[in-house]
Amino acid sequence: MREFAYTRAHDVDSAVALVADNPGARYLGGGTNLVDLMKLGVERPDLLVDVTGLPLDEVTEDEAGGLLIGAQVRNSDLAAHPLVRHRYPMLSEAVLAGASGQLRNVATTGGNLVQRTRCGYFTDPSKPCNKRLPGSGCPAVEGLHHNHAILGASDHCVATHPSDLAVALAALDARVLVQDLAGPREVPLDDFYRPVGDRPDRELTVSDGALITGVLLPPPVAGRSGYRKVRERASYAFAVGSVAALLAVDAGRVGEVRIALGAVASHPWRARVAERSVHGGPATPAAFEAAAEAELDAARPLRDNAYKVPLMRNLIVAVLTELAGR
Amino acid sequence: MTVPQLGTTVRLMVNGAPAVLAVDNRTTLLDLLRDRLDRTGTKKGCDHGQCGACTVLLDGRRVNSCLLLAVAVDGREVTTVEGLADDEPHPMQAAFIAHDAFQCGYCTPGQICSAIGMLDELAAGWPSAVSDGVGHLDDAEIRERMAGNICRCGAYANIVAAIREVAGGD
Repeated sequence: MREFAYTRAHDVDSAVALVADNPGARYLGGGTNLVDLMKLGVERPDLLVDVTGLPLDEVTEDEAGGLLIGAQVRNSDLAAHPLVRHRYPMLSEAVLAGASGQLRNVATTGGNLVQRTRCGYFTDPSKPCNKRLPGSGCPAVEGLHHNHAILGASDHCVATHPSDLAVALAALDARVLVQDLAGPREVPLDDFYRPVGDRPDRELTVSDGALITGVLLPPPVAGRSGYRKVRERASYAFAVGSVAALLAVDAGRVGEVRIALGAVASHPWRARVAERSVHGGPATPAAFEAAAEAELDAARPLRDNAYKVPLMRNLIVAVLTELAGR
Repeated sequence: MTVPQLGTTVRLMVNGAPAVLAVDNRTTLLDLLRDRLDRTGTKKGCDHGQCGACTVLLDGRRVNSCLLLAVAVDGREVTTVEGLADDEPHPMQAAFIAHDAFQCGYCTPGQICSAIGMLDELAAGWPSAVSDGVGHLDDAEIRERMAGNICRCGAYANIVAAIREVAGGD
């Protein structure tokens, strides 16, 4: 691991000032991803600014009836929080579907959103990777890609975003609170991640030195919700596909509907095509299947991950059918 | 804020005893425990947060010590497997022995620390992927909550039995 300096931030302004103008500086949250990437040589910062001591570790109600989640709230505290469990159960379910008890005790809300892909080429500095070293190529397109993207990828990168939490946040219309030298602002989660394009190393729409200070959930909307994750073993594994959904049914017709997909793209994939297809129509498995097919019409699977297309179709139908029938 | 340096003086409580050490910032809590404090009960398995062998309790919470930088836990309280027993083994240690809950024993310190932290989480009403955190601690619940601890010998059946006994299950 490369040598680095370490300092603890005591307020947001000074943390941002230290990192914003220093491309070699990184914010340190729980470190469950960053420290690992430093061991692997993927990340080589010369300065870590520890932001875990900032007063961003609470979950509070806002005036509008929404919820403000501090960026330093640990995953386990988020999942166990009474307001999260009662008003946004899908979020608690998504957090608990990810990682292990030990990791959730340390990993933070903000850090979860900016964790990096677990693509085996990205995490191996001896291999080319456009995300790690722009212009070096993407071996995954022809190589090991059975758990890579089927939606929104490009020839430059086919990696997926590994988060469960962020998939639920996408379905909940969450907003990410960030601060950089220009000041604080809010970014809808849906706009927080860049499309892959030809620069997969540029993952976020916010500036490089921006600090995530929190996540804002709008007031809960009526409807039943759930998070379902498919993985290669029963627990403690990244998804091969996941669905976060919310559905409100009135007299057999679909009202509010939100669908977000995980492990299929470089960012949580809000399935707006499927939502439009379902909205206002009958709450039937046939309608849900047509919606899933419409969404997945844009899928461009690779040689070894075409299984994800029917898997995601079946998963969407199963989750919506269950929510409609409960 | 002070001028950042490549090394830092860290103050910890380890198993109730104060420790003050100057560390290279790259030092993980795991390496500090093993290489600087001779607390070799905590094991290095994968060193990437995937196996759980390095699990210790940090201010009472179970964590992977391989992914924590020592500088980032300055001022905190660490309990390793060496700090669990009084005159007698900790009930979880006794249960692991009684149920033969290991073969090679390499993952055992992490399993035991993790199980103790897990039962505290359960007592606090924390939910899991398989339940809402209230009611009977059945085997599925133990297996889900202990998923972060891998045993290559496959002693899981007896590990589950040992934890079930301490939890007061059947």
